[in-house]
Amino acid sequence: MFDLSILFPSILNGLTTGAVYALIALGLTLIYGVLHIINFAHGACLMLALYAVYFLKERWGIDPYMALPIAIAGMFALGYGLQRIVINRAGHGKDENILLATLGIAIVMENLALLFFKSDTRNIDTAYSLSTVAIGPAMIAVPKLVAFAGALVVSGILFWIMGRTDLGRAIRAVAKEKEGAKLMGIDVDHVYAMSFGIGLACLGAAACFLLPAYYVNPQVGGGFVLVAFTIVVLGGMGSFVGALAGGFLVGVVESLGGLYLGESLGQIGIFAIFIGVVLFRPQGMFGARA
Amino acid sequence: MSSAHRQLAGIALFAVLAGCVPLVTKSGVTLNFVMMALYATLIAQAWNILGGFGGQFSFGHALFFGTGAYIQAIAQLQGGINAWVALPLAVAGAALVGLFVGALTFRYGLKGSYFALVTLAFAEVFRILALSVNFTGGGVGLMVPLRESAANLQFASRAGYLWVVLAMVVLALLVTCWLRNGRFGAYLQAVRDNEDAARAVGVNPFRVKLAAIGISAAFMGAAGAFYVQVFQYIDAGIAYGPAVSVEALVAAIVGGMGTLWGPVLGAVVLHLLSDLTRNLFGELPGINMVIYGMVLVVIVIFLPRGVAGLGLSVRQLWSAKGGRHD
Repeated sequence: MFDLSILFPSILNGLTTGAVYALIALGLTLIYGVLHIINFAHGACLMLALYAVYFLKERWGIDPYMALPIAIAGMFALGYGLQRIVINRAGHGKDENILLATLGIAIVMENLALLFFKSDTRNIDTAYSLSTVAIGPAMIAVPKLVAFAGALVVSGILFWIMGRTDLGRAIRAVAKEKEGAKLMGIDVDHVYAMSFGIGLACLGAAACFLLPAYYVNPQVGGGFVLVAFTIVVLGGMGSFVGALAGGFLVGVVESLGGLYLGESLGQIGIFAIFIGVVLFRPQGMFGARA
Repeated sequence: MSSAHRQLAGIALFAVLAGCVPLVTKSGVTLNFVMMALYATLIAQAWNILGGFGGQFSFGHALFFGTGAYIQAIAQLQGGINAWVALPLAVAGAALVGLFVGALTFRYGLKGSYFALVTLAFAEVFRILALSVNFTGGGVGLMVPLRESAANLQFASRAGYLWVVLAMVVLALLVTCWLRNGRFGAYLQAVRDNEDAARAVGVNPFRVKLAAIGISAAFMGAAGAFYVQVFQYIDAGIAYGPAVSVEALVAAIVGGMGTLWGPVLGAVVLHLLSDLTRNLFGELPGINMVIYGMVLVVIVIFLPRGVAGLGLSVRQLWSAKGGRHD
């Protein structure tokens, strides 16, 4: 039951999966932390990013890792535009309205994907898709290791942007005191759109790291939505460290759940954590009580 | 005539008009359209009771729908129970699940986005469980045998189903009418608008919201049971998947939340829309949902009070111009 030779690879596997989860959740938590809104379209946007990476490889032969700058830039532009054109107008000062607007966007995106790409599940072949390396008794897929490193690098860059750049300072100012920031001459709408753009740019990166070892279909985002929410809530809404730690934790929980409960029941652990945290510790692991 | 009487008269007129459709036409397409629009009205009105009047935005109403559907199917299949007897069991079971979720979430004061996400998570937990356990048929789902007879709540013509779902819709409308005019509804709307103020004047928000989610879940369970009787099949994805939750809340919001006729309007408008797109674009997968999503976004941006709100605005504009005050 607690045989280390089974447990260790499972935990390692969970950590590498968790890294990609963390990447998805970092974007979501940034959007939440600044705009104080829940982006319900996060999963659908990830799905779009996955398709973009897929077609870059299949049509133009661009390796997913080489596609990183394109995916990041493309998703940033999408996020910036969505926030400015749609979400900002839908708010009317209410949380629920934004939830509904992003839900509508998700429905449109998923069904457009269904319309254009059919419901087929697609994946790509790369030279390294199936290669593995041995770490102790565990065999870990190379793409998963790359994703693990990539997640750390991207979150490092996010920390740098937030801590050391003018944009980061503006974002933090707006997150904390919107009206005050406005009085200081900060263009709040621009900062909102930048935050949303950066949040989706994280998805672009996640898609590049995910696809070599994963697949894409129009519904693929749905599976990630609640996982990402769980991580964000677990880590404390708006906390980057929390999102990173939460991502790893959820990855491990899912992996161990799959090991002991079977593949299909394994995900239940994630939702159980989600419900438990929201009910009993809504401020999350790293969040201060509001 | 007081406004409550006007509403009751409206419900009666609606019941007679919709009920007469099978007497006027034998067209299967028309009957099917009216039946499905009524079914959409039922789930929209169920959502409206909690979301519109209570201000609690559930994203997981499939939880109650699926529970009702599974109880309806399992009672007949495993228990050999008559479908008419299974129906109240399904309604009660769904209401119990509603009370359970409500007790948990409202006890801890969850609202807004958190409530939406937790209800969604509950629906997902139930979906995964339904996929994994045996008595729900797992991934294969459950097939209810076809025994067409009114005694089995199965009808050879759509007309029978239409009358059954119409009865459920009328009941839901009557409950909504009671919410609009009765004391409990006033409490519920007070809690929605300002929970602290409501508490200050002696309303118990927990109990009020709990009752609302129970009633809402009960109607959702009835819709689930109805679904099983019409289509004779249920699986985890249909029962607990997000599609039903989304349909319920979109129809209610597009029509107008917290109103009597909004969900009816929303359900009819959306069904007309998806029929229209089907006629225009053929059976292209997803196109009707694309338009669905777009309508939702446009409504949220431009008509935050829904289609019914549009009528309201026009009326207000008109009465302002005419200098009338009522």
